[in-house]
Amino acid sequence: MTATAPPKAASGRPDSLRLLLNNTLATAGLIVLGVIVLIALAAPILPLPDPNVTAPADRLLPVGTPGHLLGTDALGRDMLSRLIWGSQISLAVGVAAMLIAAFFGSLIGLVAGYARGRVDNILMRGIDMMQAFPYILLALAIVAVLGPGLLNALYAIAVINIPFFARNVRGVAIGYARREFVDAARLSGKSHAQILFGEILPNVMPVIVIAMSTTVGWMILETAGLSFLGLGAQPPQADLGSMLGEGRKILFTSPHVSVIPGLTIFAVVMSINLLGDGVRDVLDPRLRSGALARPGARTKVDRDDVPAQPAASDTDVLQVRDLRTEFRIGSSVYKAVGGIDLDIRQGECVGLVGESGSGKSVSAMSIMGLVPTPPGAIRGGAAYLKGEDLFAADDERIRGLRGNAVSHVFQDPLSTLHPLFSVGDQLIEAIRVHQPLGRAAARDKAIDLLKRVRIPNPEERLKAYPHELSGGIRQRICIAMALANDATLLIADEPTTALDVTVQAQVLSLLDKLRREHSTAILFITHDFGVVSAICDRIAVMYAGRIVETGPTAEILASPAHPYTSKLIDCVPVLGQPERRLDAIAGRPPVVNNLPPGCAFAERCPKAEDDCRTAPVPMFARGPERAVRCLHPMDDTDADT
Amino acid sequence: MALYIAKRLLAAIPVILGLTVIVFLIIALIPGGTAVAILGPLASAEAVAELEAELGLDRPIFIQYFEWLGNLLQGDLGRSYILKRPVLDEVLERFNATMILAGTALVLCSIMGLLAGVVSAVRQYGWADKTITFIVLIGISMPAFWLGLLMILVFAVNLRWFPVSGMFAVYGGGDLPDLLRHLVLPAVTLAIVATGVIARMTRTSMLEVLRQDYIRTARAKGLSERRVIYLHAFKAAMVAVIPVIAVQAGFVVSNAVYVEAVFQWPGIGTMLVNAISTRDVVLVQGGVLIVATAYILFNLAADVVQTMIDPRLR
Repeated sequence: MTATAPPKAASGRPDSLRLLLNNTLATAGLIVLGVIVLIALAAPILPLPDPNVTAPADRLLPVGTPGHLLGTDALGRDMLSRLIWGSQISLAVGVAAMLIAAFFGSLIGLVAGYARGRVDNILMRGIDMMQAFPYILLALAIVAVLGPGLLNALYAIAVINIPFFARNVRGVAIGYARREFVDAARLSGKSHAQILFGEILPNVMPVIVIAMSTTVGWMILETAGLSFLGLGAQPPQADLGSMLGEGRKILFTSPHVSVIPGLTIFAVVMSINLLGDGVRDVLDPRLRSGALARPGARTKVDRDDVPAQPAASDTDVLQVRDLRTEFRIGSSVYKAVGGIDLDIRQGECVGLVGESGSGKSVSAMSIMGLVPTPPGAIRGGAAYLKGEDLFAADDERIRGLRGNAVSHVFQDPLSTLHPLFSVGDQLIEAIRVHQPLGRAAARDKAIDLLKRVRIPNPEERLKAYPHELSGGIRQRICIAMALANDATLLIADEPTTALDVTVQAQVLSLLDKLRREHSTAILFITHDFGVVSAICDRIAVMYAGRIVETGPTAEILASPAHPYTSKLIDCVPVLGQPERRLDAIAGRPPVVNNLPPGCAFAERCPKAEDDCRTAPVPMFARGPERAVRCLHPMDDTDADT
Repeated sequence: MALYIAKRLLAAIPVILGLTVIVFLIIALIPGGTAVAILGPLASAEAVAELEAELGLDRPIFIQYFEWLGNLLQGDLGRSYILKRPVLDEVLERFNATMILAGTALVLCSIMGLLAGVVSAVRQYGWADKTITFIVLIGISMPAFWLGLLMILVFAVNLRWFPVSGMFAVYGGGDLPDLLRHLVLPAVTLAIVATGVIARMTRTSMLEVLRQDYIRTARAKGLSERRVIYLHAFKAAMVAVIPVIAVQAGFVVSNAVYVEAVFQWPGIGTMLVNAISTRDVVLVQGGVLIVATAYILFNLAADVVQTMIDPRLR
């Protein structure tokens, strides 16, 4: 299930812009910001009264007074005019500070990233020092040295934002400094400055622009803050911050004098942030593919049909009928599992075999609803555990079965164990979810389990964290956890794939022993026929979401009927048979959002005929235990007739 | 663990030394010199020379630095010429007030941010998530000084629930309930503007963690969804959130300067702003040094907490 974005939205500027405009909030931000900037820029040509002419007779007129739309301040100056001129100053100062910070910060970052070594070290230690201050302290210290004033406030705000640019730019520049085109430029005799500004800077530019857009609103806010404190713009000059600061003294009698400039600052910063978030969302491919969606506790079941329940005897543990699981990403539907049947009896080990992407894991995870929703959903079929329809059971019932009657062992034990809890805590937790035991009793049981999977010093190991253990021990712990509640069905999803060969053999013999002693049924998922022959009684071979061949292990290994099975078996190297031909299967499995009408393997199949491609191929029974989904199986000698 | 803490403390020493150099240079770099800054531009040349000799400012700068550092280690940060008292006394008094305000705000914004972030992640794309995301955006865009004024207008002037400003009532105050009543508005103001970043980081981090294999394991074990989210996912998410809370501490202290100005809270922020207007550089120096040191130590504490949660870092 590789998350491929729909091709239409893959690239192209017009598309990105349209996506941005689809985002209502971002569009609103763009409009508000545009209006404010236009009005501020147009201040000289708008019919506004002089913002600095005082009129003591007209002081503190309220909002809505004719001639003074937003009223007047304590000196009778027109608020609207002061607001527009003040916005112009605030915007200009914020943008200027941003440009200064971007220039020096990017320069430091470029040089540090390109030079590396000692220069990098010294520059970045300096940046670290600057970030050791809460940023406003540094700004206040700078203003203390230079004295209050709008320009000095601008410098202070620019300086405290230099580290942000320096860090971001260095991070990217360091990557480019090692690339081939930089080496090539150096060999062609270009100077360091030419390489820095001619070769590296153009590549780093997007990062600088993004950093600019994320900091500009912030810098407008901070310069306004310094002015508010009386350390920025000095009268008669006024920016939004100093207007707010002056208005504060008459807050109780005339709140409009301070509330209106504050509202303007807020509107500017908010619209910049809305726009910035919108741009970020458009640029983030993960959002589009739905990869950021939160998986629910259980796979959504949305079946269009429920197959008739098969007769179940006492030894039948799991009966899967026509299971179909799909992923919906954007407008594409990926039919990961396209209708499979599967039966597992008590004490039996059934192997589900196929290449990666064949749907074997998704089939296994569908049984207990562990396929992430979104984007996955069970669209049809049924899974009966001892006669109980699992897809019809309520969430609480499924939770009660998970880890209890049905347990799982996954592929990579490092990522499947929680890194922040000791293995003992995780094991004890698994026991106590389903058994009414005290902590001490559960701990004893955990030690027993570790002994059962033959881990030495179990008491000691309980305290260990997953990262402190070897891969083999970690996987044994996962198996111990799966055995905690004497499951009737164990679903093992490539449990040996991430392990060394010797450890693989130990884990396999462990699983084999456990099912013989406790008659646990095992569904064993793997891509490796070598592993299959070691443990499985029966095999189901999967390709492109369907089972293509099923039967007893020995029979299939001896005489595979489906060309795909035969190819898979040929992939297994055998010791002592160096003359054996190791064949990779040419071509790639089809993408399951666009399956052909006929046999999905036909494109890669040496025996494919025209009839393979026209219509879906049904399963053909070959004796009581075997079946194959093929019109021209391997032993079919009269294929040409 | 004790060894780790000791190591981190040792590593902090050069940073704090670097800090003293920067803070010392603030004085040394003042155009026209400290004496002019203290006496004002109209002072006579003799008066300036006399004061420079008195303060030892005519000697080489590194000697001045080591002398200053020596005094610093003995707890002497100099004397404020404007306030006519030792800088350390003034700074510590103000520092307490700021810590009460900023500390309360940091606790508040951490709690609100974590709650909002978790709810937002669990209800991803639901109405709760959308509402929280929008409120968070408003909080991030809100100037603290303006929000403070609005709070005063609504809750102090109109509703009369809380006092307008100050840390204690002028008459008859001074006890804890009085302090708390005065603390509510400034602390809430400060917390509101600082919550957004923590909430966003918590949401992102939770969503990231909820896709991990070990969460699938937790579900496969049959754990309740509550336990999966609030124990397994939340603990893992905290590893990424704690450094953000440490960064937010700097943000809270910075915005405390504005909030103190609005609410006339007698903290280090108002002290610094006044000291800058009166050009009391020695006081600025002392204040900046103490707050920056506290910030470094706080970051160190955050590192230690993170290491306690994540055994892989040990």
